[in-house]
Amino acid sequence: MTPERQFDVLVVGAGPAGLAAACCAAESGRRVGVVDDNPDLGGQIWRGERVHPHHKEAGAWLQRVRTASLDFLPGMQVIGQNGPGRLLAETADGACELRFERLILAPGARERFLPFPGWTLPGVLGAGGLQAMVKGGLPIEGRRVVVAGSGPLLLAVAAYLRTRGAKASLIAEQAAWSALLPFGLALLRTQPDKTRQALALRWALRGVPYRTDCWPMRADGDGKLASVTLTNGRRTWSVPCDYLACGFGLVPNLELPLLMGCDVRAGFVAVDEMQQTSVNGVYGAGEVTGIGGLDKSLTEGQIAGYAATGQPAKARRLVAARKRSQRFAATLNTAFALRDELRHVAAPDTLVCRCEDVSYDRVRRHESWRAAKLQTRCGMGPCQGRVCGAATEFLFGWPTTSVRPPIYPTALANFLESPANPASLA
Amino acid sequence: MSVPTCQVAVLGAGIVGAACARALAQADFQVVIIDPNPIGSGATAAGMGHILLIDDSPAQFALTQNSRQQWNDLAPELPDDCEFVKCGTLWLAADEDELDEVRRKEERFRAAGVAAEVLDTRQLAAAEPNLRAGLLGAFFIPDDRVIYPPCAARWMIEEAQRHGTQLRTGVSAIEVTGKEVRLSDGSRISVEFTVHATGCGTAKMLPGVPIRPRKGHLIITDRYPGFVRHALLELGYIKKAHGTDTDSVSCVVHPRRTGQVLVGSSRQFDAESKDVDPRMLARVVARATEFLPGLTRLSGIRAWTGFRAATPDGLPLIGPYPELPGLYLATGHEGHGITTSLGTAELIVDHLTGRTPRLPLEPYLPARFSGVPAHA
Repeated sequence: MTPERQFDVLVVGAGPAGLAAACCAAESGRRVGVVDDNPDLGGQIWRGERVHPHHKEAGAWLQRVRTASLDFLPGMQVIGQNGPGRLLAETADGACELRFERLILAPGARERFLPFPGWTLPGVLGAGGLQAMVKGGLPIEGRRVVVAGSGPLLLAVAAYLRTRGAKASLIAEQAAWSALLPFGLALLRTQPDKTRQALALRWALRGVPYRTDCWPMRADGDGKLASVTLTNGRRTWSVPCDYLACGFGLVPNLELPLLMGCDVRAGFVAVDEMQQTSVNGVYGAGEVTGIGGLDKSLTEGQIAGYAATGQPAKARRLVAARKRSQRFAATLNTAFALRDELRHVAAPDTLVCRCEDVSYDRVRRHESWRAAKLQTRCGMGPCQGRVCGAATEFLFGWPTTSVRPPIYPTALANFLESPANPASLA
Repeated sequence: MSVPTCQVAVLGAGIVGAACARALAQADFQVVIIDPNPIGSGATAAGMGHILLIDDSPAQFALTQNSRQQWNDLAPELPDDCEFVKCGTLWLAADEDELDEVRRKEERFRAAGVAAEVLDTRQLAAAEPNLRAGLLGAFFIPDDRVIYPPCAARWMIEEAQRHGTQLRTGVSAIEVTGKEVRLSDGSRISVEFTVHATGCGTAKMLPGVPIRPRKGHLIITDRYPGFVRHALLELGYIKKAHGTDTDSVSCVVHPRRTGQVLVGSSRQFDAESKDVDPRMLARVVARATEFLPGLTRLSGIRAWTGFRAATPDGLPLIGPYPELPGLYLATGHEGHGITTSLGTAELIVDHLTGRTPRLPLEPYLPARFSGVPAHA
C-alpha cells in the first residue's frame, strides 16, 4: 500500500507564504505539514538562506520554523489529488499519500519566458534559471551576461551573478522609464526598506548599464549563443555575450489550485478576506493570488495559517498590512506591465513550444489555447505547457482554465494503489 | 429579414460530423457545420484513435470493414499531423477461452476474406518484447492503424470547405424545427436536412434517443519509441465491454508516432463528473501493467477522461429520426467513432440521396429502438 501521512493542515510550498502559513497554523497546536519539491526550505526567493544567510527577514522566519512544531516534507512533489482530502506526492522512493483536513496552497510563481528568434540557442536561459544553475555550480566567472526582460528580479539576478564573477554587460528592462518613475517615487515615499534594498542593489550593480525601454529582438550564434540584438523601438544594436538571462515577469503556478477546483479570476486564484478559495477548507497565499513579492506573501501566508486553524482574530489584525502590500503590488505590476511590442518579436518560424517543436505561425492560427493544443500539440509535451502556456497567455490572451493530472510527469507506478514495482514503495 | 439557406446543417464538428460534412459536400450538398467548441474537441479529442475491425456482430464487422477501407484509401492524402500509422492490432490471448476466441476470429476473418493471422506464444514475444511471458498467443490484424483524431477531423472539414462548406464554431444549435435551425446567437438557418452528430449531446437535445454516456480514462506517457509496436488489446475486452452495466477496465495500449505510449482504458456508466478518478486511473494502469510490467517505469505526463455515446446494442444510430422529417442521426458510436466515421458518412449520403447503398441501412436505423418513436 502507498505510504500515507495525516495532517490537520497541509501547506504546499515552503517559500515565504507557505512558511508563514505553517508557523501561524502551528501556533494552534494542530498537526501541520509543509511539503515542497526542493530539498530545503525557502522557496525560490530564500533558496539557500538556511545554509548561507543573507536576508535578515529570512533568518527570522527560518528560526521561527525551527522552533515551531511542524513537519517539513522536503523533496516531495505533489503530483495530483487522490480523492477528497488527499494529495498524491512523489518522493525519491516512490508515491506517498498526504491526507489533510485543511489545505493551504502556496505554490508560488515561475518566470514567464517570451519567444523571440534564437531563444532556443544554448546559452539563452531564464533569469532565475541561470541564477539557480550558478547556485548549483555552473561556472560563471568571467562570462559575459546580458540580463533582459522585466521586473525587479532582473536586478537581483544581475547582482547575484556579479558577486560570482560574471561580467554583467547590460540589464535590459522593457518597461518605459516614464512608467518606472512613479513606482520609484512611491517606493521612496512608502517603503523606506525597499528603497534601501533597491539602492543597495544599484550599488552592487555600479558600472552595469541599466536600460529601460529596451528589449531583446533576436539571439544569434552558431550552435550556441554569441550575441543578442536589442531594440528600443527606434534603433537596434547587438551585444556580444555568453549568456542571455531572460525573465518577463512572473506567472502563478496554478496547476494544483486548478486541479483542486479552485476558481481562478483574471489569472490568479480567487480568495476571500480570510484567504479561502472557492473550495471550502482550501486556502491560497502568496504569488498564486497575485504577483506581489515578499511582504504580500508573508502577510497572506499568516492570514491563511490563522484562518485555517480557527484563529480569525489574529488573522484580522493583518488585514490592513495585506492591503498595503497589495497596493504596493499593484504599483509594481503597473510599472512593469509588458509592452505590446513584445507580442510581435517572434518570427513565423520561432518555436513557441519547444517540447513539441511548434512554431509561432502554427499556434497563432487558432482561436483558443484548447484549439491550438489539439491541433498543434502545443503545450502537450513533458513541461505540460508551463513555458508556452505562460507565453501564449500574453501573446494571444489565452487564459489557462483547466489542467490535467498529473501536475508533474511521474512514473506510472505512482498511480497504482498498491505499487507492483518495489522501487515505488517507500 | 431573409434567412440564409443551406441544404444541410451538420451539428457537431467532431470526427463524425466532419466526415459527414466532407462526404455531403463532395456529393454537392451545400453544408454548414455548427459546433459551440473547437473542431474535434469532444470525444474525438478524448479517444485513442484506433482504426480497427470489430467483428462482434455482422453489422459492426461490415461497418468497420467499409470504414477501414476508406481510411486506408485516404492514407496518401492525409496530412502529416494526422499521424496515421499502420501499426496493426494484436488481440492478446491470456487463457484458453481467449485462445478459442482467437480461433473464432480467424474463421470469421477468413470467411470475410480479410487479412489476419494467429501468433503463437513465441511469435507474440518476438513481436512485442515488453509483454509479460506466458501469454498464449494473439490475433494479428496487420491493416489496422492508429491516427491522431483532432487533426483528422480538421482535415476533413478543410476538405469540406474546399467544396463550399461553411464552418461555424462558437455557436450552438438551440432548436431544430422542420426546415430551420435556430442558433444560440439568435440567428436562424433555413435547411432541407439536419444531421445530428453530437455524440452524447444528441440525447440531451432529442429525448428518447437511447444513448448513455460511458466514461473512459486514458493516460499518455513521455516518449519511449519502440516500447510497444502494435495497438494492443486484451481479448477480455470483448467479454467485459458489452452487455454489462458495471464498471470495467481492460488493457488497451497504443504506440503513437511521437514515441509516446497511450494507455487505457475504463468503461463506466452513470459517472457524471469529467474529473479523472484516481481509483479508476489506478485500475487502468494496474490492468495494463499486468500485460506490460515495464510500464510502471515509464513517465506518465497526462491523464484525461472522455464520454462515449453508447447505445443498447453497441451499434451506432445512423439514419432518419422518425419524429421529425428532415432530421438525421449520426451518433451513438460508443468507442468506435473514429473508425466508423467514414462508413457513417457514406450511409448518411445514401439516405439523403436515395442512391443504392453499399452497406445495409437497416441495422443502424434509429427506428430499431422502441424508445425512438416510430413513423406515424
